Amino acid sequence: MKRLSTAIATGAVLVLAAGAAQAGKDLDAIKARGQVICGVSTGLAGFSLADSQGKWAGLDVDLCRALSAAIFGSPDKVKYQALTAQQRFTALQSGEVDLLSRNTTWTLTRDTSLGLNFAAVNFYDGQGFMVPKKLGVKSARELAGATVCVQPGTTTELNLADYFRANRMDFKPVVIERLDEINAAYFSGRCDVLTTDASGLASVRIKDAKVPEDHVILPELISKEPLGPVVRHGDDQLLDLVKWTHYAMLEAEELGVTSKNVDDQLKSSNPGTQRLLGVSGDMGKMLGVDNKWAYNIVKTVGNYAEIYDKHVGKDSALKIERGLNALWNKGGLQYAMPIR
Amino acid sequence: MAVETMAREPSRSLSWNDPWVRGIVYQVVVAGAVAALGWYLVNNTLDNLQRAKIASGFSFLDRESGFAIGESLIEYSPASSYGRAFAVGLLNTLRVAVIGIVLSTVLGTAIGIARLSSNWLIAKLSSLYVEVIRNVPLLLQLFFWYALITENMPGPRQAANPLPGVYISNRGFKFPLMAEHWIWDWCWVAVGVGTISALWLFSWARERQNQTGKAFPLLWPSLGLILGLPLLAWLFGGAPTKVVVPELRGFNFQGGGSLTPEFAALLIGLTMYTAGFIAEIVRAGILAVPKGQWEAAGALGLKRGPVLRLIVLPQALRVIVPPMTSQYLNITKNSSLAVAIGYPDVVSIANTTMNQTGQAIEGIALIMAVYLTISLLISAFMNWYNKRVALVER
Repeated sequence: MKRLSTAIATGAVLVLAAGAAQAGKDLDAIKARGQVICGVSTGLAGFSLADSQGKWAGLDVDLCRALSAAIFGSPDKVKYQALTAQQRFTALQSGEVDLLSRNTTWTLTRDTSLGLNFAAVNFYDGQGFMVPKKLGVKSARELAGATVCVQPGTTTELNLADYFRANRMDFKPVVIERLDEINAAYFSGRCDVLTTDASGLASVRIKDAKVPEDHVILPELISKEPLGPVVRHGDDQLLDLVKWTHYAMLEAEELGVTSKNVDDQLKSSNPGTQRLLGVSGDMGKMLGVDNKWAYNIVKTVGNYAEIYDKHVGKDSALKIERGLNALWNKGGLQYAMPIR
Repeated sequence: MAVETMAREPSRSLSWNDPWVRGIVYQVVVAGAVAALGWYLVNNTLDNLQRAKIASGFSFLDRESGFAIGESLIEYSPASSYGRAFAVGLLNTLRVAVIGIVLSTVLGTAIGIARLSSNWLIAKLSSLYVEVIRNVPLLLQLFFWYALITENMPGPRQAANPLPGVYISNRGFKFPLMAEHWIWDWCWVAVGVGTISALWLFSWARERQNQTGKAFPLLWPSLGLILGLPLLAWLFGGAPTKVVVPELRGFNFQGGGSLTPEFAALLIGLTMYTAGFIAEIVRAGILAVPKGQWEAAGALGLKRGPVLRLIVLPQALRVIVPPMTSQYLNITKNSSLAVAIGYPDVVSIANTTMNQTGQAIEGIALIMAVYLTISLLISAFMNWYNKRVALVER
């Protein structure tokens, strides 16, 4: 009898848990919980990396913080969930995290059959190769027969196979799921080449190489890697909010609104700035959050230029040029849809 | 069922106080609840998948995989299908499991017997081995062996060359291999035929000895069967002697056979770890045979070797075989830790597939089916063997 009641209790718990997983909208769930659960990488300098106190920082992390600021007015109501490349989509699909902000490439398959929606592109990247300088390799075309370290379950792994097939070269892959293990395999000499997104290579070179100058990143970029935040199908409101959170940071940069001058900008006579900061219009309400959403984002996190320079750009160790990530009117691809 | 039984016993009245009736009712309720729960979970999952527009079904197995695999026993390229990638992973799992089972049995038995040795040093060293290996998590041991191989071995251009044509570097162990020729396949078939005939010869000889008391010289005929048959096949095929020696070209060695660091680390780790447990099982099995058996056999004038082979081991095996089955199951299942050091076993391939296609439920189902099938096959074989050994008891 005791066993039976245990079985019934277990069953009831399962039913309740399953019921909770499908209940309501994700944005309502976030508000009710008082916290955004954000899936980030297991440690990629510049994008998402935890320091010795367990405090996360990076370009991808700041997107989560901006989202938290838009919803709650404070950037710190975020719980970070470190996910490997292989865990990330299952974690998002199953509702373990609310969104992925984890240098994830936007592809057709992921956008459709994985049941996900890409909200925006917060970093335009391309896949590159890093080799030890002493090999004397100058171009990716010279890599025939090389052993290549690559993370499994990434677009990188597929691009790599495509590139070598297209150029009729062969290679030996070494695939290890954990980022630090695959990097260790490259630095120990198990592989001749490490491949991932060019920004990732720069990050690994700074963070993990004993002497960064001993490794060169080859000039070829073999793919387009638009990296951005992802949510799952089913809550268009959350999708909108993530999308416009990114656009708000871009718009702030375009309008010259920074975390330092945002209070002064409240008095701006520019109608665009007024709409962005919630002085006029009901932009926030339409998104289902406070009307000061963008003010809170810029005030507590910053505009896109600020977070870019701080984490991956000129004020960081990575020193990656703006390049494709400059604003559209400065020769780049970052283009915010009009906030009106 | 219940209705029929009741019909045959008309004297029984249906009462809640009847434990038989209560038992039936409880069982029906529990079975119904379990079935309903299962139905609910499956239905709920399918419903959720559909609502989130996540693809489902196994049709992805025919699609082009697009990723490369480091080592494969069969022909494979990124243009092959996901199904073929799975087959590659499955064969890689079986390869490491089968070799691991054989090696760990040999090593474990040796260490188990060594622990009982009267030589103090040998006995203590084997106890030390067992205690250390059994008490360190396998995952750590795998990392240890992998790091040891990749960090300490020289690069391919500085590869150690202990024998002509043999190279050891952090790209793995490269050795010369006979050039491809159709007769090699037949030589392997001949080895199989020879082994089976030798086993048959063994049982025939034992039967004859039981009946007539005459011993049959087994060593040379069985060696002749196992080695002679392939040799004949080789001669028949024109005795090809062409050898492919690995040579350094560009980044890596080309040609010849190779053992990758990932495979080596996994095999060494699994073998050493499992051998620690097997050693204890073997020791326990031997100790389970009463000392009187040894003494009685000695009194009959038998030497130590025949005593062990004819009297002690047959009795010890009855104790050894059942726990050995679970060690064999463990080694197979533990091989899934390969993921951590990049050996492309079935789990690693399935993980990649799940990630590229997003079909996690199908991927996990395939992994579960694979391990369940392998485990049940091992259990079935070991149970059959156990029955055979158990028959020795009178």
